[in-house]
Amino acid sequence: MRLNVIEHDVVIVGSGIAGLRTAVEIKRRYGEKLNVGLISKVQLMRSHSVSAEGGTAAVIYKEEGDSLALHAWDTIKGSDFLADQDAVWLFVKLAPEEMRLLEHWGMPWSRRPDGRLAQRAFGGHTYNRTLFAADKTGFYEMQTLYNKLLEYDGWERYDEWFVTNIHIEDNEFRGLFAINPRDGEVYLFKAKAAVLATGGAGRLYSFTTYAHTVTGDGLAMALRAGLPLKDMEFIQFHPTGLVPSGILITEAARGEGGYLKNNKGERFMARYAPQKMELAPRDIVSRSIMMEIKEGRGFVDEASGYEYVHLDLTHLGEEKINERLPAIRELAMKHAGVDPVEEPIPIRPVAHYTMGGIHTDSYYRALNAEGRWVRGLFVAGEAAAASIHGANRLGSNSTTECLVSGRIVGELAAEYALRTKEAKGPARERVEREESWVYHLVRKERGTPTYQLRRELQETMNSKFYVFREGDQMRDGALKIEKLEELMWSEAYVEDKSKVYNTDLILALETLNMIEVGKVIARSAIARAESRGAHYRIDFKGRDDKEWLKHTLTLRYGERDVRLIYEPVRIDTWKPTERRY
Amino acid sequence: MPVDLKAVTRRPPEVVKVRVKRFHPEKGQGWWQTYEIKTYRGMTVLDALLKIKAEVDHTLVFRYSCRMGVCGSCGVVVNGEPRLSCQTQISEKATPERPEVVVEPLYNFPVLRDLTTDFTEFFEKHRKVRPYLIRLDKQERENPALEYEQRPEELEAFYEYTLCISCGLCDAACPVYASNPRFLGPQALAYAYRYLADSRDEGWRLRLEELERDGSVYRCHFAASCSSVCPKVVDPAGAIQRLRRALLAYNLRLFKKRTAKNVEPMKVSAERWPLPPEARLMEGVDLEAQEKGAPVIPKEKLLED
Repeated sequence: MRLNVIEHDVVIVGSGIAGLRTAVEIKRRYGEKLNVGLISKVQLMRSHSVSAEGGTAAVIYKEEGDSLALHAWDTIKGSDFLADQDAVWLFVKLAPEEMRLLEHWGMPWSRRPDGRLAQRAFGGHTYNRTLFAADKTGFYEMQTLYNKLLEYDGWERYDEWFVTNIHIEDNEFRGLFAINPRDGEVYLFKAKAAVLATGGAGRLYSFTTYAHTVTGDGLAMALRAGLPLKDMEFIQFHPTGLVPSGILITEAARGEGGYLKNNKGERFMARYAPQKMELAPRDIVSRSIMMEIKEGRGFVDEASGYEYVHLDLTHLGEEKINERLPAIRELAMKHAGVDPVEEPIPIRPVAHYTMGGIHTDSYYRALNAEGRWVRGLFVAGEAAAASIHGANRLGSNSTTECLVSGRIVGELAAEYALRTKEAKGPARERVEREESWVYHLVRKERGTPTYQLRRELQETMNSKFYVFREGDQMRDGALKIEKLEELMWSEAYVEDKSKVYNTDLILALETLNMIEVGKVIARSAIARAESRGAHYRIDFKGRDDKEWLKHTLTLRYGERDVRLIYEPVRIDTWKPTERRY
Repeated sequence: MPVDLKAVTRRPPEVVKVRVKRFHPEKGQGWWQTYEIKTYRGMTVLDALLKIKAEVDHTLVFRYSCRMGVCGSCGVVVNGEPRLSCQTQISEKATPERPEVVVEPLYNFPVLRDLTTDFTEFFEKHRKVRPYLIRLDKQERENPALEYEQRPEELEAFYEYTLCISCGLCDAACPVYASNPRFLGPQALAYAYRYLADSRDEGWRLRLEELERDGSVYRCHFAASCSSVCPKVVDPAGAIQRLRRALLAYNLRLFKKRTAKNVEPMKVSAERWPLPPEARLMEGVDLEAQEKGAPVIPKEKLLED
């Protein structure tokens, strides 16, 4: 058998803001001294980061009163005190330079009349510190970084290659496997260092802001390689998902002055967060919307059956909407038939962000269950849990984290690669095992296509692990997910036998990843017997710092089982207090 | 043709025929295949393809990701017109009289399989126009003390051309791109103009000389089909005209451009916003010192670990 091997100094998996920022950092600092491979399951500039809309938070004008301490405090309070405070400090300190670097690389940031960078209000931030480029901020960050990378040589792109597994041996990164879309073969990527920048897991839900392609692949790979996932019970539900598609309507719509209204026309946030109103953090606004709906003050979309409330921008006027929220207007018109200049937008809470991720330290080094660095392996962006978002991420902190973490791991991975003599690969039989693992689905002659399994998983996540959670419901959900996993192994098959662009196979592999990650979310959520941030249990309504001020780590145990261990939160600046807005 | 914004509110015919132009590379075979699907109000062409993939024919291959018109993956030709499948309503194309939607791969792109086309050349042409800011002082560009000054009206001068999502619809619609493999195409040329017009870019001499040598700007026939199919309302045809004007001025030594410098440091010094009273410090924490400390990444320690 032919062995397909590709070798790079550093290999990056994922081409969103975090992955591209990592690649740019390596290239701009080390030029052609290091050879980089950039692998993406989509074409490089099409990753889901393009859908980030509202902005990116950083303290850039201290002269006007903002401070790093305030950004850190807002982030930590927003996290419901589950953030590791040392990680937050590093994050807020590195953020400002990222804004100016992007600016110097061509980012079309929105501007003040005097030519400085404009900033807007965002939920949970006590200062207007969110930089933006209209309401397409993530799109422009992607565009800027991708184009910046084109300035450099000494890197290879692997568009639409699907990474199936990473290989770790002796607590060291030893390579990864990916399917080449053009010939269908499994390739071994050898590299001295690797960065996982594979994003979150939002497509586990069908009502979601995420692109179709965000299926938690990196998280599942890490789990299979024996790495712990951290705090996976914390899934953020963004308050304003467009009904019925789930497309994101940015928080900036409220930052610019939009109101949330129920079917009586009331600005109901007055009941739940009288000071911050619509600009309370996302977990709180989402719960408030669901309370209104539960108590009969919502609306119903007849086609989809979804219940919703209104996001009203009509009082902002056409000029402001066109200048500050043009994409929102376009999306509402094209996907809901609603012109926000004239009518309110139908919205409901929607799966939006994965606070948890692969266990790392504050420097985004991947850690094993004992807390030791897995040599050569780093994680960046949403895939990582460093953890700066804790139990609830503040709006506009995610794109910042992608930039900051990419910058950190770019430097660390490069330095590590420079100090490492050779990329050790796995044994040949490991490669053969990978091939047979990948193709067992294709070789099967009959069975169940995986589409149905995917849909059932999404329905389970939608109904059992949404804004309000309850023990028995979640246990039902967990059983369902285990059954799906069983079916995945016994019944699933791939009808398409082609070697070229076999997306039937890729979808099946994604579905397996989704099920494995879903199981971890379920187990973590069932175990956490308290309400904190985005994890709200109607059977355990209060936050319980005595028992639960700790991170959940989940590990694969045996072939199918999951083991939970816990780790203390690093609290070095502020004491946890009650969280009111 | 402008997108019909009311289409999303109309119910399409209950059953619609989706006719797909397919191609199987291993068999070297192309054919048309028709699927009949049940529709719903708000169904897009992408939704229809996904439904076919999940329920009818798992071997159908097409690209997609964000489903909200921003990633640029899902360009196809629908009823003869290059479109994003995720932002084309079935009800826009299928009528009660003719309940049919015809989907083909993008014109002018080599087909890899079914609706999936090869973008390699497209990406190379994009790269050729140096789609990044050029500054004479590279050191400063990589170590910014402050931001370049750019007033809203200066941003406005090129903003439209930043909207490009690299979906390829314009190149698929372009008659010159179809016949001349050396032609950079409307996408890359609009991008070239975007950087030329950016008040922060200092690379105008290099850009204009390269464009002159390349000659693509002069090959455009101004069919303007690129601008009419652009889903983001970029006007590549207009950009090419502007490039022509710039080249003419440059060749007559009349091209002028004032480029941006960093903003002045801020002079105001407002009171620091106080932290709220509930922000209670741990014992022995010196907040001021913590805040002042530079960010430290202890490389040696981290990599030896």
